[in-house]
Formats: sequence, C-alpha cells, structure tokens
Amino acid sequence: MKDFIIPDRDMGTPAVNSDVTVNLLVDGIPVSVPAGTSVMRAAAVAGISVPKLCATDHLAAFGSCRLCVVQIEGMRGLPASCTTPVAEGMVVHTQTDEVAQVRKGVMELYISDHPLDCLTCAANGDCELQDMAGAVGLREVRYEPGKNHFTRRDAEGPNPEYRPKDQSNPYFTFDPAKCIVCSRCVRACEEVQGTFALTIEGRGFDSRVSAGMASDSFLSSDCVSCGACVQVCPTATLIENSVIQIGTPEHIVKTTCAYCGVGCSFDAHMRGEEVVRMVPSKDGKANHGHSCVKGRFAWGYATHRERQTQPMVRERITDPWRVVSWDEALDFAATRLRQAQADFGRDSIGVITSSRCTNEETYLVQKLARAVFHNNNTDTCARVCHSPTGYGLKTTFGTSAGTHDFDSVDETDLALVIGANPTDGHPVFASRLRKRLREGAGLIVLDPRQIDLLKTPHMGEGLHLPLRPGTNVAMLTAMAHVIVAEKLYDEAFIRERCDWDEFLAYAEFLLDPRHAPEAVETLARVPAELIRKAARAYAAAPRASIYYGLGVTEHSQGSTTVMAIANLAMLTGNIGKPGTGVNPLRGQNNVQGSCDMGSFPHEYPGYRHVSDPETRAIYERAWGVELSPEPGLRIPNMFDEALAGRFRGLYCQGEDIVQSDPDTRHVTAALAAMDIVVVQDLFLNETSNYAHVFLPGSSFLEKNGTFTNAERRINMVRRAMTPKNGYEDWEVTQMLANRMGAAWSYTHPREIMAEIALTTPSFAGVSYDLLEREGSVQWPCNDKAPLGTPVMHIDGFVRGRGKFVHTEYVATEERTGARFPLLLTTGRILSQYNVGAQTRRTENVVWHPEDILEIHPSDAENRGIREGDWVRVASRSGDTTLRAHITERVAPGVVYTTFHHPTTQANVVTTDNSDWATNCPEFKVTAVQVSPSNGPSEWQEEYRHHSDLARRILPTAAE
Amino acid sequence: MSHDHSKLIRMASQMAQFFGTQPDRPAPEAVAAHINESWTPRMRQDFVDQIRAGAEADPVVREAAAFVRLPAA
Repeated sequence: MKDFIIPDRDMGTPAVNSDVTVNLLVDGIPVSVPAGTSVMRAAAVAGISVPKLCATDHLAAFGSCRLCVVQIEGMRGLPASCTTPVAEGMVVHTQTDEVAQVRKGVMELYISDHPLDCLTCAANGDCELQDMAGAVGLREVRYEPGKNHFTRRDAEGPNPEYRPKDQSNPYFTFDPAKCIVCSRCVRACEEVQGTFALTIEGRGFDSRVSAGMASDSFLSSDCVSCGACVQVCPTATLIENSVIQIGTPEHIVKTTCAYCGVGCSFDAHMRGEEVVRMVPSKDGKANHGHSCVKGRFAWGYATHRERQTQPMVRERITDPWRVVSWDEALDFAATRLRQAQADFGRDSIGVITSSRCTNEETYLVQKLARAVFHNNNTDTCARVCHSPTGYGLKTTFGTSAGTHDFDSVDETDLALVIGANPTDGHPVFASRLRKRLREGAGLIVLDPRQIDLLKTPHMGEGLHLPLRPGTNVAMLTAMAHVIVAEKLYDEAFIRERCDWDEFLAYAEFLLDPRHAPEAVETLARVPAELIRKAARAYAAAPRASIYYGLGVTEHSQGSTTVMAIANLAMLTGNIGKPGTGVNPLRGQNNVQGSCDMGSFPHEYPGYRHVSDPETRAIYERAWGVELSPEPGLRIPNMFDEALAGRFRGLYCQGEDIVQSDPDTRHVTAALAAMDIVVVQDLFLNETSNYAHVFLPGSSFLEKNGTFTNAERRINMVRRAMTPKNGYEDWEVTQMLANRMGAAWSYTHPREIMAEIALTTPSFAGVSYDLLEREGSVQWPCNDKAPLGTPVMHIDGFVRGRGKFVHTEYVATEERTGARFPLLLTTGRILSQYNVGAQTRRTENVVWHPEDILEIHPSDAENRGIREGDWVRVASRSGDTTLRAHITERVAPGVVYTTFHHPTTQANVVTTDNSDWATNCPEFKVTAVQVSPSNGPSEWQEEYRHHSDLARRILPTAAE
Repeated sequence: MSHDHSKLIRMASQMAQFFGTQPDRPAPEAVAAHINESWTPRMRQDFVDQIRAGAEADPVVREAAAFVRLPAA
C-alpha cells in the first residue's frame, strides 16, 4: 500500500519555545500557547486558518500582505495576526464584517495585477493565491485594466513592466508575471539557506524579486539552487520544472535523501510511479524542511538512459558484455566465486559493502562474507573516508560515532570546523550553522583552503588558520598546549570524567616547547599568535563544538588527529551537553550505518571485534554456522593480496572503487588480476570496466530500508516505485547467497532489521514499527534509551573515563621536493557527489562540468599557467591533466581539485600512503608538480580506450 | 607470492611511530596488539617471515614480531 500522508499544515509562523504559557480565546475557542507565539499560530493551534500570503511557518513573520488582519478586543484597528504576539486573556475574532471587507479589498488589489490563467497555470491546484481568493470570497475585480506586470503587450505595444521568464536554472522557472512580491523567497534565501542571493529591487509598484544584480539570471547569481525559495513561493512564480511538465502530485511517499551524511528527510511527491518533485520534510529531524540542490533536484539519474537494468556477464574483462537472465548471471557469479575458493582457499574472496546502500543491504553483504564465504573479508568505502573516526573515537570515548545531533548546533557558542567544507559537502547542516553564526556564534576554521563558510554574510569574526596540508596533529596539539599552559582547561570536568593522572601525563607532554605555537608556526605556516587566539577562543566559549570532515581523517595521521580533537573537547569540558561535542560530518548517506552494520573486516555489527567469543556465539547461533575469529582483509589489503595472487574474487555492491580509491593504477591492476569481479550498481561504473558479472542495482526510490546519518539517526527509506531492475538490492544479495548454499528467506527489510536488533545491543530497541511511529531514532536505542540517544556521553563516557591519548606529530612520508614541489589536496563541490555517478547524470553538470585544479597566482605565474589552461598534474604515482583555475583561496605551494569526473581521474595521482591505524588513504596530501599541458595524459588515453572497450554490450538476439 | 614486502613493514613502522610516543605500555606489544587486531593471519605470517628473514625495520617493529600471533600451523 502507498503511504499517503497529508502534507503538513502551515501554521503561519514558526513555533516558539517558552516556559511561560499564555491563554487566549480565538473565535470563542480557548487556546494555550507558549509566550511569544503569534496570534496567527495560536489560531492555527485552535484549528482556525487565518488567510495569509506573506506568512509561512518556514519563516519569521513579515507582516506585509495585510491579508491576515484580525480583530482583537481592546486593540485599535485591525492588527496583522502574524506579527502580533499573544497576550494573556486576549480575545481574538478572526472573521468580522470589517475584517472580511479589508481582506476582500486586499485580494482585489493583488488579483488586479495577476494573470487569470489559472486553468493552464502550473500551480493550478497548488496555489495559495487561488486558495486565498476563494477563502476571502473574492467574486469580482472592479479595477479597469491598466498598468501591470503580467501582460506581454497591449494595443499600444509591448508592456514596459513585463519581464520574461528566467529559465536559466535547470530545475525551476522564475516567472515574474506571477509574482505578488510577498518576499517569501527573499526571506527563505536569507533565513533558511543563508545565501542572500535574492533581493527585492525597486520600491512600490517597481518592486521586483531579483537574483543578484540586475544583469544576473538565477544561474549567474549567487543562488545555490537549494530550492527553499521555490518551496515557499505561494504562486507559480517560482516552480519546479518537473511540476510544469507533469502536473500536480497525487500522493506522497516519505523517504530519506541518498546523498550526503546529513540524511535529510524528503517527501517524494508522486504521480503514479513517477516522481513529480522531492520536497524536504518539515518534520525531518535532521533538516527541518530544508534541502540542497542534490537532494531537492538531482534525482533524475534514477531514470537516466544509461541506467542498466539487465544482468550481464563475460569471460574476460576485454570481452563485450552479454545480457543474460538473472539465473545465468547469479550462477556464473556463484560458480566462479566457489571455484576461486576451491583453487585458492577460503580466504581468497571477499565483499565490499556500500555506504550508499541501506543498513539492511549492507548487513546482508557482510553476512554473506562471514556466514557464506566463511571468512571476514568484508570492507566498506568508509575505509577510505571515516575509518579513523571509528578508531579514534572508540579509543578516546568508547564508541565509534559522533556525539551530538544536528539540533545541537542551535545552542553552540563557537564552532571549530576542521578539514570540512560544509557549504559544499553538507549544505543543509551548513545552513543551520550559518544561521547560528548570524546569531553571533564564533567560528574557527582549520583548513588549507579558504572555505565559503568563512564568507557567511552577517556573521561576526571568523578565524581562518590556513595550515599546510598534513600538519593537523601539530596544530591541534599546539592548541591543546595553549589551553594547558594558560590553564584554560576545565579541571572539574577532567577530574570527574577523565583520569586525572592521565591528564597530568598528557599535560606534561603538551608543555614541551616542541608543541608550542611558536614551534608549530614553522611547520604549519600559521602565525603563532593566531593559533593562540584560536585556542583561547575555543576554550573561552561556554559551549564550543567541533565539526570535522575528511580533511581530518584522510591523512597518515588521521586517527591521531581524531584523538587530538577528542582531547581538545575533553580538556575544555565540551562533551555531554547541547552545543558542544565532537561531530564527524560523514561523506555519504550511510557511512555511519555501513560501519554500524559490521562492514569492517575486524568488527561485527555494533563494533564488536571478531575475536570476541561471546559476540561470535551470538552470530553462530543466529546464523547456524561456525565463524572465523580472525580479522579479514581491508580494501587496500585486498588489492595487495590480489597482486600477490592470493585474492581472486570480489563482490562489490554500490561502490566505484576504481574512481574513489587512491592510486588508480594499483587498483585496476589488482582488479585485473582477479578471476571473478561482481559489480552491482545502477550504471556501468568505472569498476565495472574490470568486472565479469554486472548485477543491476535499484535506486533509493525503488526500495525499502533505512539509512543512518552522521548524527546516528536511523531514517526510513521507502519504496516509491517498482525497481527498474526487478529487485531491491538486498534481494539480489539474498539470491546470490542462496546460490552459494545459504538458505536465506527474508521477505522484507523489516525482518533483516529485526535480526540486527536481536543480535546488536545498541540496536536492540530498533524496529520498523518504532521507526514508523517516531519517524526516526538515534542509536543507542535499547532498554536504557527506548527512544534513542540524541546526545551521547552525558553522564559518563561509554568507555567509562575519557582517555587522553598522546598526540605526537609525525610528518607524512609524502614530502615535497625538487621533483614534486607542490602539495595537492582534494575535496568536493556542492553540485556534485562523490564519484559523480549520480550527479553527473543530472542537470547538476551545469554548475560543475569538469574537475578543475585550483592554483595560487604566484605558483601559476612561475609555471606560465594562465586561467583555463590545460595543466598536467604529476605525482610519484601517476599523472593526469585538467584545467587550471587561478585563485588565492589556496595558499602558495598548495593546489586543490575535486574527484567527481572519471575523465580527470584525480586518484591516478594520489598515493598508497595511509593512516597508521586504519589504512585510510592519505587523499589529502600528495606531492605533485604542475606544468602546462596540451592534452590528456598517456594514462587517460589508455584508460579511455579500455573503458570504451569494456563497456561494449552485445546486441541481444531478436526474439 | 607473498604480500608486498615493504608495505607491511612500512605499515608496522607507522604504528611504531605512534605507539612509541604512548606512555601506557611498551611499544612493541602495542604494535603487535594492533596488528593482531587488524591484520589477517596471512599478513601476520608474511610480516613475521619477513622480519625473521632479516628485513630492515625499526627496532620496535622488529621486537613487535615476537608478540604477533601466528595461525596454528
């Protein structure tokens, strides 16, 4: 059955928090609301909808449309209900003769400057102006036709006030002719998104909504296409192109975005099995009704023509693909995998689970390795992003997860952002942080590059410490040095929550002059005084939070950096209360979940080591097989073992390791050395160029399951349409497992979640019934926390006492020298996602059609490089070419690029250096040389040739 | 063929650099514990074989080999 949910009612103004309750009477109905609530919202609480146009509960009250006037006993005139706060004993009448008269007059004026093409208007059936005309009983417009904004021309010629539609944005249209200048879009751009791209130009009759300067279109302006303006527009002025094309939706399926780790809740507005639009859910606990360009608009890849929906096999990776039945493909895969084990031993095959797939799918893939392959060769792409977070936070706090929920940011006094670029990587979180910055919270950014967060409009001072890539540990240890040397630490917290003797030992370590800012200045190239200032600010803030990304983890000292971060939070007592904490921003939608689900080769679900006999006993009972007590291979180990001839087969679900993993040549050589590579994906991705079996996957719109976001929140993913490939991904894994002798009989992901809950203490209370009821829950969710845990470590650390790990800086082996004098660091951009498999197959390419190399003007000049030139980037691993962009966002000596496009292959250049504890690759530091170039590198040509060859599909025989 | 020789020792050396600065326990034991927790038996065997064969390595890494758990022969 379809989930049909009535769209959330708009209460007119946002909810207010107050301990004081105010009682009033609205149309004779007694209502009690928190002090500070608007009369409009109080009426809505009483079930009465006061007519409105400029008001919406997404935005602060504005009081411009005059439609929401009411009569309040004892008050003169007709106050606007949206801007009038309630008062004790107030008596409100929302409908009187006078009120009705005024409203009708107001509506008449609006309609006199609005086209009456309702029947053919894209907002027909979903137009608040239309609704309000009906609500106030408007029956005629008495004004004669005259000066207006909507007619193209009249008898006398073209209308000088008319402006054509702006269709520059690929996803929505701006039609000024339908605009009522309610300012909702401008306010949403400011209050919700925080970009300030829109404005009202002119005054009075000349007032118009404008994106950027008069010469700008939506596309050329600062607009980031988050969709907030479209969402709040009461008319057809700003409307999704998909609605213009298809029409209004007829039902809603609540689901979760499949892009970044923020995990926004979305309402999929459907017509039949076609998505009309994706609208962020107001009741989504991570996003509260906001979205970014990816989740809101970039879902067209699900129906892209390159989507593969049929299984395919081939003998050799140079053969063309042969389309076959599911039976044949699965038999082929199962036989070859078993053959590899027969020839090369039980440990010669393995799996890679996906951070883009659901918890249930991930759980089954790791179960396939453990229970069916009988080894622990399971890993996940978190290996290459947040594995150091797992190790570092487990060592210091006792659990591998972020400490706080996103709501906590509303209470922070200072945010320390390290190695993350939230406005691009985690845009909805960035909007929430920017809101807090506008309210006065402080900001410190530790990043080699000047990120956009530092340019937040209307924030206070932001400190930027543009440290040299690879010096995170030195920098954070210097900050800790200042905090201890200047006695800025929270002694009471440390005594109560940590081990005092351990602290003393750490303090002694920190006080050594080698950790002083003056010593670190030469390494990190950040002035000592700035380091001191940042340390003091972090320690002084009553509630300081840390948000970090892959700029922390993807280093040879990634795990040490995570522990240095944990130390800072413990030293200053910034743990266990709202507004504080250590919060990793997870890259992909289900990085947290894939780790939780036992994807790592040494850990069962819930982070329990495979050598632990009690845990093994639980799974041996549940699965009815004997399990290996030995850790399996991590992804990079799999590659090494493949090149050693001992690892022969891989089942890779929903990851594109050829593009996303470092040192591409090493990866492709390893894959080419295997006997059987099974790829399950939506598209023939780069990894499939080295595969023997292709199993078509299903998109997030086509399956049921759950994703767990960066705040440990388990969100429901619901099937909105039939899988184009015929099966949800977990069904495919089950079919493969059963071909290999398992007797699995799951009929719905809820049964898989039930097994997870049964076997994993931190998930013991999780069930689909609970998730349906609560919307989402944050683990741990069990008897001690039946509704989940928004903030962890409140009364004590999970491990007991917090542990201060010593954080000695060790320079990476990746050093610049005469051959490779520059440091390359990598990142991502707002419009693209990870390897781009999804976003490259959407209109998002208008913002980022190719990867570019950012280089400082002085480095460019030394090399004779001009803006837009093709340049060759070479490291000791390989070389590639791409176009240069000259900018001071990067410091001299540092260059930067993204890895969204396979033609660039940025990872041909990255090396096999990795984190000491987890083998997380050192993506963020590669010594390179940059030189002018006139075309693709030899590798790019070679790869393109193989790729073209490997993607051929034999035409199927005529029936 | 065995697991890339230099790589295992390089990884162990990185661990030695970290555990060498920790106050709580002798570095060789800590390195070995980390290896036992995260490497497959075959990688551990290769590592020990390489050290026994006289591969060049940091003294901590060399000492750690004694504490690395090997698969039952």
